[in-house]
Amino acid sequence: MSEDIVFWVLAVIAVAAGVMVFRFDSMARATYALLLSLLCVGGEVLLLGLDYLGVVIVLMMTIEMAIMAVFMVMYMMNPAGLMPMSMLHNTKGAAVLCALVFAALATGILLVRWPARRGRPPTDPTMALGMSLMGPQMLTMVTLGMALFATIVSTVVLATRRGRYDRFGDDLRSRPADDPVRGGGGR
Amino acid sequence: MFDAAPLWATVILPVALVFAAAVTAGFDAVLSASAARGRSGSMREMGTRAAAPLREVLRLLVQQPRRTVAADSALGRTGVVLVPVAAVLAGAVLPLGFRSVSDPAVGIVWFNAMEALAWAAVWLTGWGPNSALSLMGGYRFLAQGLAYELPHMFAITTAALGAESLRVGDVVAAQDGLWFAVWMPVAFIVYLLSAMAMSFWGPFDHPLGRDAAGGAAAELAGVDRLVFLGGRWLLMVVTAGVSVPLFLGGGHGPLLPAWAWTLVKTALVLAALVAGRRLLPTLRMERYTEFAWLVLVPATLLQALVVAVVVLNR
Repeated sequence: MSEDIVFWVLAVIAVAAGVMVFRFDSMARATYALLLSLLCVGGEVLLLGLDYLGVVIVLMMTIEMAIMAVFMVMYMMNPAGLMPMSMLHNTKGAAVLCALVFAALATGILLVRWPARRGRPPTDPTMALGMSLMGPQMLTMVTLGMALFATIVSTVVLATRRGRYDRFGDDLRSRPADDPVRGGGGR
Repeated sequence: MFDAAPLWATVILPVALVFAAAVTAGFDAVLSASAARGRSGSMREMGTRAAAPLREVLRLLVQQPRRTVAADSALGRTGVVLVPVAAVLAGAVLPLGFRSVSDPAVGIVWFNAMEALAWAAVWLTGWGPNSALSLMGGYRFLAQGLAYELPHMFAITTAALGAESLRVGDVVAAQDGLWFAVWMPVAFIVYLLSAMAMSFWGPFDHPLGRDAAGGAAAELAGVDRLVFLGGRWLLMVVTAGVSVPLFLGGGHGPLLPAWAWTLVKTALVLAALVAGRRLLPTLRMERYTEFAWLVLVPATLLQALVVAVVVLNR
């Protein structure tokens, strides 16, 4: 009973905060409304008994939204992003798309034959989820992780304006490094 | 060996944390006054100096709150209130002896998640008043977060790795005999650094720097200021307190009962953090970021590797 109440309270707040993301005219408010919505989702995951996933959602989303707010404000047209602005773009097209997606999903829910539950929930659902995701595919996941990481590093290397020859000179031996910002490691 | 604390502990926890924060602030006030006006002549004088934070609390309680033009007070207030709330929620996994209000299987992740809330809170506080100086303070804290959060996460992960569990109780139990601080010194030192950084204290108080007229707290007055700065002391007490079960053996120790050991160790860590502010100048974050990413991240990763090898060979 109390779980039902918590579920519905979190669900209503999550959806309401999700709606408010598009009602607010301030980037900061929109971002933190989204964070509130995601924190409620984390709470729902906790209710499912997936402790680790739930707390990690709270942890990751908080940091992610804090950084996202800064980037969104940074790319806004006015300095510091302190002026109001709308989060709505292409409203008519978006409304049509949303209606179509909703209709498709709702039809799917109504038409699909839901399977009956087999077996019991595992004692440690996080472990079970990890095993079913990773178990036989561990090598794939590790390779994929390395590939993603290599992509990130090479993208940064390609995108950065100053390379190591700018910093350390032609023979890479000039010390201290020529950095626009002094101080930090090694200087 | 970990017992569930009785229900009233939930009510006692915030009170105890506030008391500990007041004592720490009093200690800091005594040190400040001694530095400014020389040693106190009598115990009475010492008491007056130690009570300075309490007088400040009374002053802030009656002070007018400040209003700024076009302030986003909803977000600003949220940020201000979130600092102490996050500290108390993080304190739920803090054991006194071998009892804590709650000892979930993912206690360490819970602690980390709650301190991340404080991360967002300082930016919100800086954003709220629609003031350039406080906004600068908020941005400085985000930069600081990017610098300290990764080494910090690796440090607490190392403690969890040593105990093979994310439960704070298991981490304490694993230190029966040898403290983690002894064979994970790098993780412990990094933890202490980030404890100061996340409570924006000591060399890491640039977000509230004087050069920005008080930074994130520039426009706060009255009760707002009290809640925000008081929340910072709570954060410091909680992060210092969590270093005890993670690295200093929790309630383990000879002669004294477990709760007394926890208090003694927490007090020593807090004293070190308070002293740390006096010994080190304020750091600019671009400098610390470079140090954190070039030195601390590899160092904590190596420390985690050493611990992982030891654990695998056990």
